Amino acid sequence: MKELSLNVLDVAENSYKAGAKQVCVSLQETGNRLTLTIQDDGCGMTPDILKVVTDPFYTTRTTRKVGLGLPLLRMAAEQTGGGMTVKSVSEKENPASHGTTVTAVFYTDHLDFTPLGDIVSTVTTLIQGHPTVDLLFTHETETQSVRLDTAELREVLGDVSLAEYEVIHWIEDCLKEQYEAINK
Amino acid sequence: MKSLAELQAIKDKMKSKVVLREGSEEIRVVVGMATCGIAAGARPVLNAFVEAVNESGLAEKVTVSQTGCIGICQYEPVVEIMEAGKEKVTYVKMTPEKAKEVVEQHLKNGNVVSKYTISNNKD
Repeated sequence: MKELSLNVLDVAENSYKAGAKQVCVSLQETGNRLTLTIQDDGCGMTPDILKVVTDPFYTTRTTRKVGLGLPLLRMAAEQTGGGMTVKSVSEKENPASHGTTVTAVFYTDHLDFTPLGDIVSTVTTLIQGHPTVDLLFTHETETQSVRLDTAELREVLGDVSLAEYEVIHWIEDCLKEQYEAINK
Repeated sequence: MKSLAELQAIKDKMKSKVVLREGSEEIRVVVGMATCGIAAGARPVLNAFVEAVNESGLAEKVTVSQTGCIGICQYEPVVEIMEAGKEKVTYVKMTPEKAKEVVEQHLKNGNVVSKYTISNNKD
């Protein structure tokens, strides 16, 4: 993947496929360390599946026999000296509280760190594709933060879809403005 | 800063259109957004479709949606266009520029851009 934000898009898609009602994507920067967390309340995975989930030759897909989403994210993290962990509680194990959390740590000063890229585009693409699932996006540096919570937006929008062109545009501008403010 | 009041205004504007739009969507544009598609550049292609469809005033009859792996990863980014009563058209190795052309030629004027379809791009 050319940008880390594309890995985020790819791996977050799994959360929607798992039937999540809420997906949280968070980026946290402390010094040279960037922590990415993708958390959902979807169906989760059993311990058996969890063991093989970063194996490129395991996939739930039926169109072909390899699944590269998590292995690629793990590679992107490990090549900077960081790593990736996946925690999951399946619906079978705990019907009341289940879901998956993927955490990846990157060292941003490493030569092989993939730049984050267009994360705003990743957020709008996720919302456009899944307007009925809530997304909480946060990006925190040591002093500042960017935040978008579609639950708050849906309260205003009522039955107008988050996928409406004007709404997506508003979200894009809203995030861009926040990034401009912290990059000043 | 963007305010929620602005979003409220968008809502009020959209509300009046909602009733009118339901069920009037005749054409579906589906962009493959699995690992293979994303790695090959599907994100800007999807965004180009969303933008061009709206800018050409086609939002009433065209919906742009995302799907997983279609199974022809070597041809990604892949875009399928489904229209009631017509055969499905599969565009391959798409770019944002090609997407704009497809919106203009195919979605707006009804002419399939055959130079980008899978049948004309088999290796």
